Parts: sequence; structure tokens; C-alpha cells
Amino acid sequence: MKHLALRTGITPLSRQQIAARAARDVPDGSFVNLGIGMPTLIADHMTAGKEVIYHSENGMLGMGPAPAPGEEDENLVNAGKQFVTLVRGGCYFDSAQSFMMMRGGHLDMVFLGAFQVSETGDLANWVTDDRNTLPSVGGAMDLAVGCRDIRVLMEQVTRDGKPRVLRRCTYPLTAKRAVKRIYTDLAVIDVTESGLVVREMVEGLDFDRLQELTEAPLCLHGNWSLLA
Amino acid sequence: MIDKRVATVEEAVAGIRDGATILIGGFGDTGTPFELIHAVLDTGARDLTIVSNNAGNGYVGIAALLEADRVRRVVCSYPRSSDCVVIDRKFREGKVEIELVPQGTLVERMRCAGAGLYGFYTRTAAGTPLVDGKEERIIDGVECVLEKPLRGDVALIKATCADRWGNLVYSKTARNFGPIMATAADLTVVQVSRVVGLGELDPELIGTPGIFVDRIVEVGGAS
Repeated sequence: MKHLALRTGITPLSRQQIAARAARDVPDGSFVNLGIGMPTLIADHMTAGKEVIYHSENGMLGMGPAPAPGEEDENLVNAGKQFVTLVRGGCYFDSAQSFMMMRGGHLDMVFLGAFQVSETGDLANWVTDDRNTLPSVGGAMDLAVGCRDIRVLMEQVTRDGKPRVLRRCTYPLTAKRAVKRIYTDLAVIDVTESGLVVREMVEGLDFDRLQELTEAPLCLHGNWSLLA
Repeated sequence: MIDKRVATVEEAVAGIRDGATILIGGFGDTGTPFELIHAVLDTGARDLTIVSNNAGNGYVGIAALLEADRVRRVVCSYPRSSDCVVIDRKFREGKVEIELVPQGTLVERMRCAGAGLYGFYTRTAAGTPLVDGKEERIIDGVECVLEKPLRGDVALIKATCADRWGNLVYSKTARNFGPIMATAADLTVVQVSRVVGLGELDPELIGTPGIFVDRIVEVGGAS
């Protein structure tokens, strides 16, 4: 998005800033799953004092931060296979119970990365059309069908400037009609029954420019605010 | 008297035939029974179907079986990893087939097999290319797909402690697929760090009751 900044003076949010914005929407007391990639940064930006319980698909509720150097436990990793800790009150369980929590709708919120989201909330986040990568799905599809509040963090456009918010996803779907809200480096967009509604935009960005960067039709909320 | 202990990993995996379907516990390296997998390699068994969340990392474990061309098919959810060179190459060369299954569906299919159930309907993957050819059905207005049980001839599992009855205690996130896979195979083989006397495991903390376990072998290691 550097080109955008140079041309227009608009500063897109960094990945950390997108994660920080998403963190503000998590209510105290929520059970949350953070997908691999940008969503994992959300935990670093959670307001102190909010009690948020993180679920990890490999069998843990109450996932804590990375351990201090030398304190790593080979039996304690997250879904990205990185060493983590367990917070006080946390617990472990097997994979069947873990996916019961996901598929069964027991999590309050799920934040995922994505390649593409459609105007109806279809999600494509597990495979691209790149034939050179091994097809891998993990828990993405289970996460995307169970929770009623699924939110996506991604850049508004691809590295070569192509929109990621589309009328229809061109990559294979993870789930249909799954996504409720999209956080990008330029905007916060809600997926509603009547289409995509822009709730927030970064300073200096005008709506027409955002629409140019988005294939699906957008509508600007009457009460939109600055994304910061 | 019940005594499921065997002395060596060779005895633990004895009898695994060519063409067998082997369920292997673990999430990445965590909870992966490396010693048992390497013992299977040493048996020379080939034409295997491996069911596991991942498909090996580096050149050890499942990757070692793949490298030796012992595996015909891998049923897994996430073959990609930080160092998935072997599965990547064998897949491209057409030496191994991959059946990609969403992780929750993978574990639930094994749970069904272990529980004597013959399938379930799930929303997971409905409407995606992963369920092409599977029976779809609308239930209460929701698009679902029929998934069938997945059973193994053998399950290879890692736990922390066992007693001679086969009761198992797991450690932290190394538990993952172990308790489910233990129920879903004709022969369940478990490697543990320590075998303790009957009555020494807290009955409230047993992750897998011994009824599901056939062989126990103690291997060295801290966990």
C-alpha cells in the first residue's frame, strides 16, 4: 500500500494497528479464537483489565503469552506450533473436545486472516490458486462454521493492488456467509443483510477511493468515523 | 493378570502388515510418538496409509516413512509446515496421495469409529471443494455433508505415564489426538516416558482408560 501513501498522503494502518483496532471490539469475558497470522497480534493489544480467554485448537483454553527464554515446554504449543504458556485457570483437552467448542458455537468471537471475503461474507482463507503450495486446511473450516461472530483481518488489496473484498471469492471457499466484520488497513466494513457497510475509514481516504479498491459495492454508514 | 507392557519398541509395533492404516497422534512435533514411528520404519512395512493431523517435518517421524517410500496415502488436515520438504516432494512426484480433511472432521470421524457410530452430518466444508462427491443434505435449513467413520488397523500414541492396565495420563497440549485415536484402531500402541505401579495414577486424571490400549512401551525422554 506504499503507492497509495505516496500518491494520496493517506497512511494505511500497520498490521499491529489493525490488530489493535480489532482488539477494542472484544468484550470483557469473551472466549475467543485467534487465527494464525495477523489475528494472533490481537492478544498483544488487549486492554489490561479485560478478562479474555483464548482458545487454541490443539487443546487449550486460557492460552497465555510466549514463555521466557529457557522456560519453553515441548508439550505446550499453540496452533501455529509456537511455544506458549497457560494462564491461571486455563485447561487442556483433546482435539475432539476442542473442535466441539468450535463447531458447536461455544466460542464468542473468532478472528481470522483471509485472502478474500465476498459481499455476502463468504470466506476464502485456506488455499489460493497457487498450485505450488501443498493444500492445507487445518481447523479453518471448522472455525468458520461454528461461531456466529467471525471477523476477518486483512489488507484491503493484495500486494499487486487487487481487491480482496469481492462480489464473489475467486479462490476456493472456506465457508459461505461466515464473516460479520472486516478490519483492513483502510477501513472497518460490516457484512449486513443489505450488503457491505463502511463504519470507519482512515484519515484522508475518501469513500470513492475506497470503493475503487473494493470490487464489491460499498455503502457508507451515516454515522461513520475515523479509523485510527 | 493384565500386563500390557512390552520391553522394546520392536515388540510394540510387531505384526504391522503391508497396506495397514496407521493412526498417528500428535500436533506438529507435540505428542508425536517418534520412537514408535521409527520402529515401524524398521519393520519394513510398506504401502501404508497414515492418518495424522500433519504429514511430517524435516526428515523424522512421518517424514522418515515418506522418504523411504513406505506410505501410499496420507489422510491429514495440514501437511504444510515450517520444513515439509519430504511430503512436498513425494506429493509432487506422485508417490503419495493426500486426502485433505478439515481437522475437526478428521478427529470426529475417528471418534465415530471408536464409538461404534456410522457417520455424522456436519456443516464443516459444506459447499467447498473438499466435500466433492459426498452426500449433502439440508438439516433444519442448514447445508450439511455426511462424513463416515475413519478406523485404523493400528494407532500409535504418545502419553506421559501409564500403568500395566494401559491407563494413560497425558501432558498439556501433547494430548491432542491421543485419546480419540486410542479408541479407533484394532491395535493401540502407546509409548510413554514412565510406567508406574497400579494405583499410582490419580483415577480422576486418566486421559485414556486402559480398555482402549493394547501395548505400552517405556521410552527414554523428559516428557
